[in-house]
Amino acid sequence: MNETTLTKTYSAPPIDKKEILRYAGGIADDNTIKLLNECINEALNHITYKVCYHKLPVKLNGDLCDFGVFNVQSKNLATNLSGCNSVIIFGATVGIDIDRLITKYSHISPAKALMLQAFGTERIESLCDDFCKDIQNTLKIQLKPRFSAGYGDLPLDTQKQIFSLLNLPKNIGLTLNDSLLMSPTKSVTAFIGIKEV
Amino acid sequence: MNFKEYLQNNIVYLDGGMGTLLQANGLQPGELPELWNLTHPEIITKIHTDYFNAGSNVVCTNTFGANSLKFDEAQLEQIVKAAITNAKNAITNSKAPQHKFIAIDIGPTGKLLKPLGDLDFEDAVSVFAKTVKLGAKYGVDLVIIETMNDSYETKAALLAVKENCDLPVIVSNAYDQEGKLMTGATPAAMVALIEGMGADALGANCSLGPRQLRIVAEELLKYASIPVILKPNAGLPKSVDGKTVFDITPQEFADELTNIVKMGVRVCGGCCGTTPEYIKALTDKTANIQPTPLTKKNLTVMSSYSHAVKFGESPILIGERINPTGKKRFKQALLENDIDYILAEGVNQQEKGVHILDVNVGLPDIDEVAMLESAVCELQAIIDLPLQIDTADICAMEAALRRYNGKAMINSVNGKAESMAAIFPLVKKYGGVVVALTLDENGIPSTAEKRVEIAKKILANATKYGIDKKDIIFDTLAMTISADTSAASATLDALYTIKTELGCHTSLGVSNVSFGLPNRDAVNSTFFSMALQNGLSAAIMNPYSSDMIKTYYTYNALKGLDPNCTDYIAHADEFTATAPSPAATEPSGDSQYASELQYAIIKGFKDKASEITKELIKVNEPLSIVNLEIIPALNTVGVGFENKTVYLPQLLMSAEAAKSAFEVIKSTMPSGDTKSKKPTFVIATVHGDIHDIGKNIVKLLLENYGFNVVDLGKDVPAEAIVEKVIELNAKIVGLSALMTTTVPAMQRTIELIKQKAPWCKTIVGGAVLTQEYADKIGADKYARDAMEAVRYAEEVFNI
Repeated sequence: MNETTLTKTYSAPPIDKKEILRYAGGIADDNTIKLLNECINEALNHITYKVCYHKLPVKLNGDLCDFGVFNVQSKNLATNLSGCNSVIIFGATVGIDIDRLITKYSHISPAKALMLQAFGTERIESLCDDFCKDIQNTLKIQLKPRFSAGYGDLPLDTQKQIFSLLNLPKNIGLTLNDSLLMSPTKSVTAFIGIKEV
Repeated sequence: MNFKEYLQNNIVYLDGGMGTLLQANGLQPGELPELWNLTHPEIITKIHTDYFNAGSNVVCTNTFGANSLKFDEAQLEQIVKAAITNAKNAITNSKAPQHKFIAIDIGPTGKLLKPLGDLDFEDAVSVFAKTVKLGAKYGVDLVIIETMNDSYETKAALLAVKENCDLPVIVSNAYDQEGKLMTGATPAAMVALIEGMGADALGANCSLGPRQLRIVAEELLKYASIPVILKPNAGLPKSVDGKTVFDITPQEFADELTNIVKMGVRVCGGCCGTTPEYIKALTDKTANIQPTPLTKKNLTVMSSYSHAVKFGESPILIGERINPTGKKRFKQALLENDIDYILAEGVNQQEKGVHILDVNVGLPDIDEVAMLESAVCELQAIIDLPLQIDTADICAMEAALRRYNGKAMINSVNGKAESMAAIFPLVKKYGGVVVALTLDENGIPSTAEKRVEIAKKILANATKYGIDKKDIIFDTLAMTISADTSAASATLDALYTIKTELGCHTSLGVSNVSFGLPNRDAVNSTFFSMALQNGLSAAIMNPYSSDMIKTYYTYNALKGLDPNCTDYIAHADEFTATAPSPAATEPSGDSQYASELQYAIIKGFKDKASEITKELIKVNEPLSIVNLEIIPALNTVGVGFENKTVYLPQLLMSAEAAKSAFEVIKSTMPSGDTKSKKPTFVIATVHGDIHDIGKNIVKLLLENYGFNVVDLGKDVPAEAIVEKVIELNAKIVGLSALMTTTVPAMQRTIELIKQKAPWCKTIVGGAVLTQEYADKIGADKYARDAMEAVRYAEEVFNI
């Protein structure tokens, strides 16, 4: 049941300002809200919403999660995927332009950089939420919570397998550096178990 | 017939998908296809043969990911050698009658280049160079660079080809649904870059089907003088019963692509999802189509990582403010390596509406090669305007052009033999539009006729280097009328003749005309409008001058270059006296604030803080403003933050407001005076880590509290940090790391500091750090937030 790798572009999810303020460590006073709105206005048109995903079978053998084309040893992931026969592995990014804006303002206005950083985090999380909803609806399946490399005992190294499976640099412009950090930085990769009904 | 000759008068057919066919033959997801050259040579040869039999002129070797980042050198050589042998065997096996060529295929590294990623530009060039050399060694007809989704990486690959072989090279990029590369470049920008560097054809492949790529092809054809390539996917992929299916048939593919070939595309083939059937349908369908002849577009275009700027429509404004000449504060920034100051000049000019930024960082006491290269890299990372590299130092010019992400403007060449011999080879190699000054060994002629003669000499010489007229912009040299009142007419007459008789674009450093006169803006702006009327294409000017901006928008409106006077109306209110900024009108009638300045800082009103300080400094000692106004305000906010009544965004806005007040004070003090007495704090994000926002927050606050912060940037090796600590005899160093994977680099740095600079205290912070972690790696201090870092630094220095 090796499915194909698919790439999808989404439209902008609704903006959750409360969540952005939470990420920025701020409160909703007039000045902070003004700063937030400026950042949203400047960044919003530069953001793209791309996801690349692949459905794979999974066999659990103790802590070993075997996806056929590769396997990983992780108690926490095995627990997360318990009862699943298949998973969706995906990579998502809101693009490089938000990184440019963050870099720009980190030189000339750290307050804006902080707010843009928070906005980028809110955008990528919202994109992941939208993607999961979309997959549940179109495939008519129930999904478990997302589980990323670096959570619990799942080695960050797993990123290498995810990147080579999904060909993320080519498909959505997402790259992995030598320290296993992703560029663009506002990106997520994760496993999502498909619940058996 | 060799490939270059064949390309001149024929439609060239490339092959179709390779990955698709390998998967059909059993290649597993995640498996490296390049290894199949060695393990399954018969399958690879069969695929190439099938493409030749379907009518392909060129097959691309199965080396898309064959580079030294994925394979060691011995394995890489084996793979490339086998891949070329497989393609050569296909030529032997195929009985098809057409001309056949082999292209060594070069795909992207899969890494993002610095500063947004971690692959250095020169390292990328070296990676590509290794594959290119192997291609040349084992004998191919051409190089194809394909599926590149970043302009900078495209440049690295093309440079590697140009520097390591004499093979023809064709370059194809992957555009998205918006018609742009992943990192933002438009087709026009890519044409400027690729054609400027002398590729033999350029185009688009992958990502989308022919229908979606049609608009990209139209754009490429509009700008390119060299053949255009289109190698689309078989439509868009979808999953049907667990298998990848593309949504158009060979016949539909051929129909769509035939229309595009009729539009003028000269090199065509297929990418993902296409098979020999698609290529057969394409070659059959287009068999009787005559290739569209190539036409020279003669467009003067330069580009940034995102877009192209074209000369000849409305006038081009080139911002002149990144230049130390006559600017005390700018010189100080250069001496202190204060890159933020330079970047702010760039950002501010962009906000004023300039189209290109001139970059001049020449100063006797600095390493101009390193400084110019660094300024260009930093500017192009955050500002999407094309840059004009402005230097008299040839080494600095080459270093900057090499690293420039696009096709730059080059300032300048002149009629001296020595200048042309130095500059023209650089223009030829890296691409660029060069400003040519009409002076030579005999100086600047006083008459227009003589200046035009020099222009002709420069044009004739450029031709010898293979540089087109379109890539030369003449500057007929604005000289001050305070020395000679006929100076302006000589400049304008020469300008007019060069524009109308030689058909070249022109540029002037407008501000020179008023040197030595009072109210220079009045002279400059009138001269600017006279020059525009005489055919000036671009002005190097001060965008902060409202007179100049007024002339620009008014001229465009009067010339019919501003439909509905939209831009004029939008900017009309900037032409009058400076309007009060919104911040200045904020009420402060709250008695809890000790003064207007303290109010502005505590509330985080940047502009207002700077305006009030400008007023205060007229009657107060700088030091008293710092001690009685700024520091108390900062303390109020700092204590509020520690007591959790002030939040991080508010703290930063206040810090920025304080910084803008400091900036005013700094600009009134003699240079060098401001930093010598301050305690030095070295700060860096450790090796491997590219996050610097936390570090920058700490830096901002430390600066406000009077520290001389030496910021080494992000991804800094331990050795570089220690070297700086020793050089400056720094008592404290701050290290930041965001990820668990980079904490070991932090530990290494601390160990090295303890060993080589045991007097230096280390303070660490970052998302993953905890007190426990900090203790484990031997840091002297863990700071939870920026204020804690400030407090510790004060403790270290006994402040």
